[in-house]
Amino acid sequence: MNKIVTLLAAWLVVGAAAVFAADAPGGPAVVEARDFPNDAGGSITVSWPASPLETGKDFKAYEVHRKGPGDAAFAKVGETAPGELTFKDEGLQNGARYEYAVYAAATGQAPANLGSARATPRGQWYNTDKTNVLVGIVFVVGIIAFFILRAKAGATLFVRKIAGLEAVDEAIGRATEMGKPILFVSGLSDASDISTIAAMTILAKVAKKTAEYETPLIVPCYDPIVMMVEKEMVREAYTEAGKPDAFEEDSVFFITQSQFGYVAAVDGIMVREKPATNFYMGAFFAESLLLAETGAATGAIQIAGTDRVTQLPFFITACDYTLMGEELYAATAYLSRDPLFLGSLKGQDWSKAAIIGCLLIGTVLLIISVDAGTWIATLFKTAAEGAG
Amino acid sequence: MRREIPLAICLIMGVVMTVQFFVPHAASQWLFDNMMKWLIIIAIFALMLGLLNLIKIHTQKVINRRKDWPYSIVALVGVVGTLITGFWGIGADSPFMVLYNYIQIPMQATMFSLLAFYIASASFRTFRARTFEATLLLIAAVIVMLGRVPLEKYLGGQWLPDLAEWVLDYPNMAAERGIMIGVGLGAISMALKIILGIERSWLGGGEKG
Amino acid sequence: MNFFDKFLKIDRRYIFILVAIGVVIPLVFPLGLAVTVSPPVKNVYDEIESLKPGTPVLVSVDFDPSTEPELGPMTAAVLRHCFKRKLPVILMNLHPGGPGLALAISDKVAKETGAKEGVDYCFLGYKAGGTAVILSIGRDIRLSYPADYYNKPIDQIPMMKNIRSYSDIGLVVTLSGSTFPDVWVAYAHERFGAKIAAGVTAVMAADYYPYLSTGQMIGLIGGLKGAAEYEKLIGVPGNGLKGMDAQTIIHLLIVLLIILGNIAFLLMRRQQRRGEQTRPSGA
Repeated sequence: MNKIVTLLAAWLVVGAAAVFAADAPGGPAVVEARDFPNDAGGSITVSWPASPLETGKDFKAYEVHRKGPGDAAFAKVGETAPGELTFKDEGLQNGARYEYAVYAAATGQAPANLGSARATPRGQWYNTDKTNVLVGIVFVVGIIAFFILRAKAGATLFVRKIAGLEAVDEAIGRATEMGKPILFVSGLSDASDISTIAAMTILAKVAKKTAEYETPLIVPCYDPIVMMVEKEMVREAYTEAGKPDAFEEDSVFFITQSQFGYVAAVDGIMVREKPATNFYMGAFFAESLLLAETGAATGAIQIAGTDRVTQLPFFITACDYTLMGEELYAATAYLSRDPLFLGSLKGQDWSKAAIIGCLLIGTVLLIISVDAGTWIATLFKTAAEGAG
Repeated sequence: MRREIPLAICLIMGVVMTVQFFVPHAASQWLFDNMMKWLIIIAIFALMLGLLNLIKIHTQKVINRRKDWPYSIVALVGVVGTLITGFWGIGADSPFMVLYNYIQIPMQATMFSLLAFYIASASFRTFRARTFEATLLLIAAVIVMLGRVPLEKYLGGQWLPDLAEWVLDYPNMAAERGIMIGVGLGAISMALKIILGIERSWLGGGEKG
Repeated sequence: MNFFDKFLKIDRRYIFILVAIGVVIPLVFPLGLAVTVSPPVKNVYDEIESLKPGTPVLVSVDFDPSTEPELGPMTAAVLRHCFKRKLPVILMNLHPGGPGLALAISDKVAKETGAKEGVDYCFLGYKAGGTAVILSIGRDIRLSYPADYYNKPIDQIPMMKNIRSYSDIGLVVTLSGSTFPDVWVAYAHERFGAKIAAGVTAVMAADYYPYLSTGQMIGLIGGLKGAAEYEKLIGVPGNGLKGMDAQTIIHLLIVLLIILGNIAFLLMRRQQRRGEQTRPSGA
């Protein structure tokens, strides 16, 4: 706990330093040219003080002139409107030295030279604007690593009961008793989606049980790569259960990557095969209610789990058990009770606690003082690339 | 080696792309540009894989006369027919667009519209005020449903749409944000486990190291 | 089985018939209900209104035919608005089901408004890869789209001459029935500072309010109602406004079914409790 507090404090200090190190407002006292920070190079920012001519009605613009390597004289490269005291010059050669001169141009007068400055554009190897993201990653990874090590050292980590996962064995048992198949739908996303990976983990557990009880398993797949992975997983599960010959090649099959074509096919399977148990795990979209209602109409027990918040209400109304959001990701840890997975689950929870803490501190600070509250919000702000 | 090589690739690329995020240098940008090109190429090959798999499964069903094999012929005719018409041309009046506009669009729109019927039957069947929370849910649902249709004239003014907008702007948004944060952290944890090789279910057959 | 029990277990097909009648009747006998505009939709409209003529807008048609009834009308309304404001539109798709729809809608709106392909809009087509495409546009749109949908090199398209990345684009509008808006915000906005507006199905609209409140999205058009509101703002009625009557009747029907179901449930529960109270103990 002390380590977590220390890490959080370090994060706040680093962030505060970044915020307070920013330039003072009002512009520089003389013309300045600097390499544009946090980019791949090729850009220089020129800034200058406001000219007294700016307040006059004849003032036109600030002109920026540049002399690069091999140039005999200065040439105009841009101009800015009154009040704009910076100019970003792009498309330059990294490592080359450039000289800039700034003029205030007014009608009927020779341009007033405000001064000159030199700079060399370079690419940076580290984007300082992303320091808060780095600190955040280090913090979250650190907490997860801490709890994994604690779990490996033998500490007991409490995880609350998740009804949907507790019911998996009961649901499989029901299908075995009734002599009917189990339908497992692993979502409508590809293998790069984390919810699909979580669904595949649950499928491995379900497949091992169905192998032991010799209950038919039907796994229609939306994505061909997911199908290939799941086929191997189910085959392995049957081998581990000591029944490799019981594995049916056609039990895991690809249907289509068309959303409603897939749903139509799965609904048809439900109505024809009448599975006793339906699992819906993974990423679902508008078709979730079509699947769940059809399954309910066939009288199957249904366990769903998705991280797609918009589909949770449909599953909650139509299914017997629903895993909501992170409960789906927790399935690996919950079902295996492995220290590595349990540790990462605890790490997640403590990271969330830290975020809640920051939210509370920020809310209180905002109530006390807008500036103080804005400061803490700035710590979490991410700058777009090339914003400087 | 069958498992070690993919794990090594996953670890190296996971770390490299994480570091790349923080490095603005031109070398890092070059790496990023090329990775994006490779990602797009892999995504295209995944589509091809799906198509070949579909053809293989249905062809085997027809050859071996498995259950419902006539429907596999329909599926194969659909796939091959669409492919051939696609090679002919994809302009506005082409046979491909005719298939798309008069078969694909009506079929998919019809399937989606089934939701209206299913929502009505699911609402009637399951929306019961059994507990305090269920009653709250019901009240919020009625407010938002009535607030999102143009009935202001009959309901005494703008108060119901404004209330519906308030429900979406505050309670709904707070809950969504909370779930988003949780899901985001879960995703970080899962990604970390995958990169470090702790989570190996994606390899197929086996869970962890 | 008493009346309430029978009512609660009514065959769902009777409900389906009621829904069918509720949808068809307003389409045949329009009610002409007036729509009021909500702030998220107004924000999208105001943003497009504020863009100077000639500022490119990237419109990503990321949906397939299943969500066309909700998202098609808003796509048409946004395109009409852009063409009216003389904002060149770059059309693209991240969803494989999208190109046909994008073509059909853009052709129709272009014919009505006199917009010219290559000058007022161009169609880049579908590119697989989703996130990779969004990220690569941040570097150079030519990385993902060296040519348009018709294989014409992008540098030969007049309107694309000075457009390289998000910094040359005034607004990105993503119209999607899936989670593409999350990806646009996470990558195009957070990484490259692009302004994002989204048009989504009604069921997904609730998901994106957090992005509205943080300013990561400048506006949101949600569902058929959102499309109807946008059509009202641009003054060109379309399928959005036409569909509001049917949507109103169905919403009222569902609310009525919920209320009747709960009344029957509560009365049945009361009856059961009375039955338990009057039954002699041990019976």
